[in-house]
Amino acid sequence: MEQRIAVLVSAIVGTLVLALFAVVARSARATGNADAIAASAARLRRTTFWGLVVLFVPTLAYSLTKTPYRTDSRPAAVVVEASGHQWAWDVSPSTVPAGKLVEIRVTGADVNHGFGVYDTNDRLVTQTQAMPGFTNVIRYTFSTPGTYRILCLEYCGLGHHAMTSQLTVTSAP
Amino acid sequence: MTIPASTVRAPGAETSYTAAPATPGRGIVAVYMAITAVVLALLMVFGLLMRASQAGFITLPPDRFYQILTAHGIGMVAIVGLGGAGVMWYFLSRYVTLSRGILLANLICFLLGVVLVLGGIFVGGFAAAWTFLFPLPAHSLGAWGPGATASYLVGVLVVGVGFLLLYLDTGRAILASYGSLGKALGWPQAFRGSQADPPPPTVVASTVVTLINIPAIAVGAVILTMSLVNAYAPGFRVNALVAKNLIFFFGHVFINSTIYMAVIGVYEILPAFTGRPWKSSKPFLLAWTATMLMVLAVYPHHLFMDYANPTWANVLGQVLSYTSSLPVLAVTAAATLANVYRSGMKWNVTTSLLFVSIMGWSVGVVPAVVDGTIAINRVMHNTLWVPGHFHIYLVLGVVSMLFGFMYFLGLSTGSSDSALDRASVWLYLAGGLGFGVSFLAAGAMSVPRRMAVHMAPWMVWDRLGVVFALLIVVGAVTFLTTFLRRARTAGA
Repeated sequence: MEQRIAVLVSAIVGTLVLALFAVVARSARATGNADAIAASAARLRRTTFWGLVVLFVPTLAYSLTKTPYRTDSRPAAVVVEASGHQWAWDVSPSTVPAGKLVEIRVTGADVNHGFGVYDTNDRLVTQTQAMPGFTNVIRYTFSTPGTYRILCLEYCGLGHHAMTSQLTVTSAP
Repeated sequence: MTIPASTVRAPGAETSYTAAPATPGRGIVAVYMAITAVVLALLMVFGLLMRASQAGFITLPPDRFYQILTAHGIGMVAIVGLGGAGVMWYFLSRYVTLSRGILLANLICFLLGVVLVLGGIFVGGFAAAWTFLFPLPAHSLGAWGPGATASYLVGVLVVGVGFLLLYLDTGRAILASYGSLGKALGWPQAFRGSQADPPPPTVVASTVVTLINIPAIAVGAVILTMSLVNAYAPGFRVNALVAKNLIFFFGHVFINSTIYMAVIGVYEILPAFTGRPWKSSKPFLLAWTATMLMVLAVYPHHLFMDYANPTWANVLGQVLSYTSSLPVLAVTAAATLANVYRSGMKWNVTTSLLFVSIMGWSVGVVPAVVDGTIAINRVMHNTLWVPGHFHIYLVLGVVSMLFGFMYFLGLSTGSSDSALDRASVWLYLAGGLGFGVSFLAAGAMSVPRRMAVHMAPWMVWDRLGVVFALLIVVGAVTFLTTFLRRARTAGA
């Protein structure tokens, strides 16, 4: 979902920006009144500025309700302890139920790692950093049973690419 | 190449450009740009090799891949810094009296630092990526030793010392000419209704760069030194989260400043071809001040996935991600469009590259702002989406500014652009866009960044990336050879 939003917004706005520059590039050989053009550009700048304000304020307000930092008081059905070290994960337990709140407590035993959870379609669904001296807590409800892969998403040395594990999500009883 | 005092008629343009009289130091700027061009091309080849290896076309052993990754990252940050500094110095020297000795000292520090960095990487095997996240430099599991770590860290430190000297000198010179930094930022005109002539855009941008880079380099020196001590005295430990904050403050501010330095070339050169002066309007002055303040506080967007970082800091990081780059970009993009629109200008390689640079900066910011949303960053952080956006505004933005400036310098030789030069602009543009999009698409498919080995389903994007990277390299090599040929002509 988030990936689709990112692609859609970037593609639409990026294309509009490219088109605007292309139109101006094609116009360069013609001549026009510089003062009038500057005044038009100033209007465009003001309109763009206020347009972005109108767009950004509600986007900010809404998106900030969706951060992974929000903690709720609900007890998790399962608490998973995950520790990254060069170059393997210790994940216990490695089986969790679907449809129930799972709390994953992530830390790094030696250097910084990244705990990335990939679903059965190999899409990243959530992540946090695994940091030495800190425990970052993911609270996540897996909707689909299956084998989820854990990839390291922070470069941690020569074996970084091989630092994988898995989490089995079972059907809710 | 010393730039002579001459009148340069922009090919096909109704206006002509009169170059400022040659002053001591501009030959050193030409050396800056020659080194920049050569190193850029070399590091682009490094990037091509990495993508080719991920695509399965060649095989780089993981240790070599990560060494190249480290060299590519730190090298690109440093070299666009050097090129940007060359652009800034060249134009700022028209308004204030800069020290040629300091310009040379920065170059010497840069070269010395580069030798140490490359030695640490390719002789010592150091491969902790350019971000050298604490405590990885001292935790290689035997892949490299403290000597290699020290060589890398001291090398970066020496490069930083050179830049610090340069910014202390630009600050001194600006103060000497304008009396205060506030006046150099145009605050009397922006905030107090002064009717006096505002400082020129070059002085405003240079003042901002000076003010943001001095603290950034100082902070970078702190974490580099702490990492160095840790390499030899493992008992000396640093809080990993504090270390990350220091590294990303330093890195984010410095890499952004490279755009702010290089864009000075657009402010100075484009109007010479369109005949429309670039003015320090009130919105321009306000935008630069706003960006100066926000760029110092936006770096927590690199730490969104560090849940232990204070939530208020990460929320601030998102808010400022939406706003920090927009003021300067908006005034610059709008003014660029207004400057070129129906100006009667015929395109040459200089103006084309400078125009492309603002387009690339504008386009690249879009996926960056999207990724600056915490909820989206949760599934995009450290995927190839990230290099996707920054490659667009570095390859098409900053590097286009630098190559555009090099072609501008070459105009004084009387040379005209060849068909290959003009075709290379299109190759470079297509390559830059395609390369960036191949990264973005892979990121949207959750492909991680910084991995020596890729799974088969990911390779389609890698292979596409190789094709576009080749176009970039061909374009860049053409720009490089043209600049060096013209520099040799001017020096003869």
